[in-house]
Amino acid sequence: MEIASAPPVSPRAVRGALVALGVGILLLAVGWYQGLFVAPPEHYMGEVQRIMYVHVPTAWNAMLALSFAFLSALAFLWKNDWRWDARLEAAVEMGVLLSFLLCVQGAIWAKPTWGVWWDWDPRLTTTAVMLVAFVGILALRHLVDDPRKRAVWSSVATVISYASVPIVYFSVRWWNSLHQVQSTPQTVDSAMVTPLRINAFGMLFVLIAFVTLRSQIARRRLAAELAPPPAASTALAAGGER
Amino acid sequence: MRAVAAAFYKDLLLGWRGRAQGMAVAVFGATLLLLLSFAVGPNAQMLRQLGGGFLWVALLFSSTLALTESFRLERENRAIEGMLLLGVHPAAIFYGKALANWLQLFVLGLLLLPVMVVLYDPSLDGIGGVIGVLALGTAGLSAPGTLHAGLSSQTRAQQVLLPLLLFPLVVPVLIAAVRATSLLLLGDPMGQARSWALLLLAFDGVFWPLCGLLFGHVIEE
Repeated sequence: MEIASAPPVSPRAVRGALVALGVGILLLAVGWYQGLFVAPPEHYMGEVQRIMYVHVPTAWNAMLALSFAFLSALAFLWKNDWRWDARLEAAVEMGVLLSFLLCVQGAIWAKPTWGVWWDWDPRLTTTAVMLVAFVGILALRHLVDDPRKRAVWSSVATVISYASVPIVYFSVRWWNSLHQVQSTPQTVDSAMVTPLRINAFGMLFVLIAFVTLRSQIARRRLAAELAPPPAASTALAAGGER
Repeated sequence: MRAVAAAFYKDLLLGWRGRAQGMAVAVFGATLLLLLSFAVGPNAQMLRQLGGGFLWVALLFSSTLALTESFRLERENRAIEGMLLLGVHPAAIFYGKALANWLQLFVLGLLLLPVMVVLYDPSLDGIGGVIGVLALGTAGLSAPGTLHAGLSSQTRAQQVLLPLLLFPLVVPVLIAAVRATSLLLLGDPMGQARSWALLLLAFDGVFWPLCGLLFGHVIEE
């Protein structure tokens, strides 16, 4: 299977990412202010509930990042374009980071609310399993030196791991359940929905910026890895100067 | 279809000729069953309840040894390349290998079952059902296991990488198989074991085709 040469680093994408990062930070500042000071405390949980304004956007964006990793993996297997490999690397890393943060935030929230740091509830367990699965893919990428094999194998592993997430979710759900079911805007007061949405979009912009920047870094590394070794004749010619 | 049968026969033959290795894996599994009981202490009641879980954990750990072994010879002699040069479709190699691995893991489970019965003393009423669950559960381990073993056999640190990739993937198999086995051994008044077996069947139904589809990418040069 032939594959195109290494993609060049795109200065336009970097500029776009920096703009997105700025917008994201601005939105997060507004959202955090609203979530911390404007939105009313929740009736039963009190101030602890405010972690929702970070936790729920993290959950959404973690899922988005891993879904994008899955699409990148499919696109790489389909098109054999290095750009998708760079995106896959960026998206898996961001997905793992956000899933890890999700588990930590969940534990911080669960201790005062449920009285325990961890519970074997479907969503917690699925997130933990997902985190471990994608950490495995990062490990795979670090352990394979040949860029071509690394790209194909991590794409295959990503497709398989992502396909298992819904099955993991349902199996754990039947196994045990405690986490509350999803809330909808109809069941949540608008003073709470607004900061939640602002934060979700803020985090989305930051995510897009980080994925773009990280995939540009991956492109730069790919270009170095895929560059043809210096030909023997030029090396000899240059060697005379030493 | 003939290529699948030939690959299956080849792997079985290799498994039979290397049966000392297979026996070592079975002894490893039995040792695990023994060791796991030390985590609980000599509490007969509790051991009886946990027996199903211990059986599957022992089987899962031993399966990585068996799966790694199934690709060692292929890699050492570049045998898969030879088969690909003969024009064998990668999917045929995969299904032959996955079927052979499934049979080996199933036999391993059958060997560990009496050890578990002796050590933990569960009731033997549902043992026929447990054998069915063993068949379905080892099928769920063998398809993704064969794919990931093929992949990790070509990397550095394959002993770490295979469990790291495989174990999170087979969490549903582990949960469903443990629940079904425990229900069958401890009594199943609500008839739940059937739905867990269906979950295993669904997992197999998703992963056998999917892994066969992707295997070609893993072994191509």
